[in-house]
Amino acid sequence: MTALPAQPLPTDRRRLRVHDAAIGDRIYEIVTTVCALVVPALVVAIAIAILAAAWPAFSKLGLSLVTSSDWDVGAGKFGAAPALYGTLVSSAVALVIATPLAIGVAIFLSEFSPVWLRQPIGFLVDLLAAVPSVVYGLWGIFVLVPMLRERVMPFLRDRLHLGSTPFFSGPAYGPSMLAAGVVLAIMALPYISAVSREVLIAVPRSQREAALALGATRWEMIRDAVIPYARSGIIGGIMLGLGRALGETMAVTMVIGNRPEISASLFAPGYTMASLIANEFSEATNDLHLSALMAVGAILFIITLIVNAVARWLVWQVSRGRAV
Amino acid sequence: MRALTVAALMVFAVACAKENANQSATSSSTSSSGQSVDLTGAGATFPYPLYSKWFSEYARLTGVKINYQSIGSGGGIRQLSEGTVDFGASDSPMSDEEMAKAKGGPILHIPTVLGAVVITYNVPGLAAPIRLTPKAISEIFSGKVSKWSDTRIATLNPGVTLPNSDILVVHRSDGSGTTYIFTDYLSKAVPAWNASVGKGKEVKWPAGLGAKGNEGVAGQVKQTPGAIGYVELAYAKQNKLAVAAVENKAGQFIIASVPAVTAAAAGVAKTLPPNTDYRISIVDAPGQDSYPISSFTWILVYQHQKDAVKGKKLVDFLNWALTTGETEAAPLDYAPLPAEMAAKVRAKVATIDLAGTK
Repeated sequence: MTALPAQPLPTDRRRLRVHDAAIGDRIYEIVTTVCALVVPALVVAIAIAILAAAWPAFSKLGLSLVTSSDWDVGAGKFGAAPALYGTLVSSAVALVIATPLAIGVAIFLSEFSPVWLRQPIGFLVDLLAAVPSVVYGLWGIFVLVPMLRERVMPFLRDRLHLGSTPFFSGPAYGPSMLAAGVVLAIMALPYISAVSREVLIAVPRSQREAALALGATRWEMIRDAVIPYARSGIIGGIMLGLGRALGETMAVTMVIGNRPEISASLFAPGYTMASLIANEFSEATNDLHLSALMAVGAILFIITLIVNAVARWLVWQVSRGRAV
Repeated sequence: MRALTVAALMVFAVACAKENANQSATSSSTSSSGQSVDLTGAGATFPYPLYSKWFSEYARLTGVKINYQSIGSGGGIRQLSEGTVDFGASDSPMSDEEMAKAKGGPILHIPTVLGAVVITYNVPGLAAPIRLTPKAISEIFSGKVSKWSDTRIATLNPGVTLPNSDILVVHRSDGSGTTYIFTDYLSKAVPAWNASVGKGKEVKWPAGLGAKGNEGVAGQVKQTPGAIGYVELAYAKQNKLAVAAVENKAGQFIIASVPAVTAAAAGVAKTLPPNTDYRISIVDAPGQDSYPISSFTWILVYQHQKDAVKGKKLVDFLNWALTTGETEAAPLDYAPLPAEMAAKVRAKVATIDLAGTK
């Protein structure tokens, strides 16, 4: 890039082209750098805006925001513990249901499925991610909740005698933590399954052939050679599904029963942070109420950050400890 | 160097965000002059079907275009307080504290029509509407009466066989004027409710589960045998829900209807002092035919209009709404104001002062 004397000769095209390309590279670099910086800046700006709006609630209510279960707008009490609990529990229930199913689908598609079946099943599973959440909510109200109330809950409680444990006791209204967990499971499933399928397919053939050559059965080959290889990718997929479950609002609001109470039973109605905000924001006029809702948003934001950090750490741990 | 760029970008982004917030706050009023929208309003969703009919009719008659966003009463009050809309609309009156925060000075509450809240239930096999007293309603909604066969319900309904099933209470989970009217009623009619739960757009419910919107409550009640909930009269009528007859102050069991709601307003209107600001509750109204769970819905305007042209348009519209507009309410299941009261409200509208005319 040293300055050259002007070259008036039109014959020297080569040098000119090199010069052009260098400018193009430079512009390209600047554009992509700006793109790369704008996104993190946006995240930081959003975080600052939410925290600023939430500050009055944090400073006035302090820890009682997350430790108290008393959410009483009229009395100026804002304890979001039930919503925090509900967010975590409904997402956990979702993962417990979705993970085995999603990994099962992924293993079938990558290892057992005839090639002609792979595309249609994969497509249908991916399609689950494209269904708008309000549609899941409607399906939840009209199909899932009555089914849970009339069949699944009595079956779990009375036939399997799980009613003697605190987790499946109490009256079966229908709208419940369990209903929210099932809907979230269906919504998180395509994310987990799609990522797992891709990483399983990406496991090198040599890995499989080596295991088989050592006399492994097909099951042993998948368990000992394929899944460990794909483990970090699968965990990444699960975390993606968890992220989806934590933030889901509409479908959960429609089936969870919106009751701000902590109950061990999955049959009892519950509440989530996202539902709380969606329910109360539009009619909130009092400053502290608005600020408390912002604070709930900030806490949700922090939880998703923690989940992502944990996911990073897990993936890193797993890929470091892997004997490949 | 790198850290510096990131920091600079962050500051820039925050500045942009601020700028945007300011812009979006004013955009409704600036765009109004650009796109030949004459007045902008925001607020309650409950009267929206009627208001949108009013606005389209009024635009056809006079050419004055009114843009209304049904973002909820809370949002309407906030936007009016900030001065980003020309009028607000709310299902519950503003508190003194909210009034004091309004940037444009004193706010007038203009009652437009009346809404009512009905009790809907799902008890299989009942032919006639179930009869309930305020006390029974409060005991059901606070979880003290938990079976349909409870004597506290049975004695009100002689000759009716009530099932021995659990009662499932369904209430609104979202903040709503419907909840305000319902809890305002229970607070006024039942001292025990007032002492324990109180009134508000959202309250701490002692029992039951929450569903979003009138449609959420209605859906939940329809689907769950044994459920009971409350919804807007207009919603219940249009969806033909089973509704309870509620005992009024005069001891009559009344099924909600447009005339019964107007009757409640008429009963209260007689007792109003001449200088009322119309921030009044008409729940538990006197009168033989009054349905007790009803309320006004209000349009909120500043008493001192800064823009004389806009102010004039607003006053003209309100006068039209309180005369011709009232006649269009009943077909949409909103109760019109009693005639003598509409005249008094128009006198209130006349006190709006337009800058430049005074």
